[in-house]
Amino acid sequence: MAILKSPGARIDAKLFSEALPSSPTAPKVPRVAAASFRRSAVADTVSGISLPSPAAAGVSSPTRVTIVPLAGLPIVGAALIFLVVAISANWLWALDFLHVAGGGLWTGIDLFVGLVIGPIIGRMSVPSRVEFSTRFMPKMVLIMPTLVILTLASGLQLARNLGNLAVPYPNHWWLVASFIVVGVMAVIALGLLEPANLAVLFELKKPQPNGALIAKLMRRFVYTAGITGVMQIATLVIMSRIATW
Amino acid sequence: MVSQSDAQPPQALPPIVQTAVGSMALVIAGGIYLAAYLPHQAPLPIPVVLISLGGVSLLAAAAMLTRLRDFAWTRFRLVSGWALVAYAVIAGMIEYVLLVDQTRGALLVLMTITLAIFALDIPIILGFSVARHQQAGSASRP
Repeated sequence: MAILKSPGARIDAKLFSEALPSSPTAPKVPRVAAASFRRSAVADTVSGISLPSPAAAGVSSPTRVTIVPLAGLPIVGAALIFLVVAISANWLWALDFLHVAGGGLWTGIDLFVGLVIGPIIGRMSVPSRVEFSTRFMPKMVLIMPTLVILTLASGLQLARNLGNLAVPYPNHWWLVASFIVVGVMAVIALGLLEPANLAVLFELKKPQPNGALIAKLMRRFVYTAGITGVMQIATLVIMSRIATW
Repeated sequence: MVSQSDAQPPQALPPIVQTAVGSMALVIAGGIYLAAYLPHQAPLPIPVVLISLGGVSLLAAAAMLTRLRDFAWTRFRLVSGWALVAYAVIAGMIEYVLLVDQTRGALLVLMTITLAIFALDIPIILGFSVARHQQAGSASRP
């Protein structure tokens, strides 16, 4: 059920809507369209422009785009080991910590990036946006799946220990609802959002990225990110309800 | 620089991603059905049907994949290989939780099959989604 989020999605749609037309031969993107945060407008704008090489945009060579930052793997490994120990030893405090901290960071990062970081990036210079995206997105590839597995695994174990799973209906429906929400998010994120995320990163590594392809993938980003955002709010409501039984 | 007009039209490819996503949705639905009855055991016929259909869909996606000729297999192996490692770890973590919680019998078998299908679906989805946009190098089959 991991990799349910891609907080960079909202960023990328806005990023490329203004970042691409630095080529002298490329048609200009209307500023009003690029500045608008309407998702369909952004996606349509992106589809009609050409993509300059990253070098032309003033950023480093595309071959320097990292897909998975290897330096972060030991941290991920340590977190997973801690999770295994917490589950095997049934440390209630550790399970509680992992579930609350992991879930808080998961939800918080997603909403913060979408609502705060995104608009800031929208006002940055073109090279800065491209460079930020190529450095930011790979880190999300490691951070979000780790947070998701920490949250879900510790949450299931915590629920068993606290007896929440044995709560009779109608309250049990809240648990079922949380399972359904996570399931829908998993299908959307793993089946649509994350593949597009990876495809964009690999496209950026090419010497001559395909602007039309990136535009198409950005459009998918935008729509799926919106759906998972709604799911996030539903998760917050359900978890608050369960926590106050 | 490649403009939109310069972009190569995408070659027609079989619905591998759609099939694999359908497989994933089916096994997740089966898993949700099983989890909804926890800590008691759910009636098994419905999840068995869902998970079986998910397995058939996975096989169909794999079969379509192996029939591809002009495809970026090197890139596919790179992405799907690492994704398989990552999701094997994740599936292993969930399996471990099930074992620690004394899940046994038919329920454990079903959950294990579910996790296996889940862990195989995602590498296909990710690898194919990336490789389909890459230039086919050696057309060697996997």
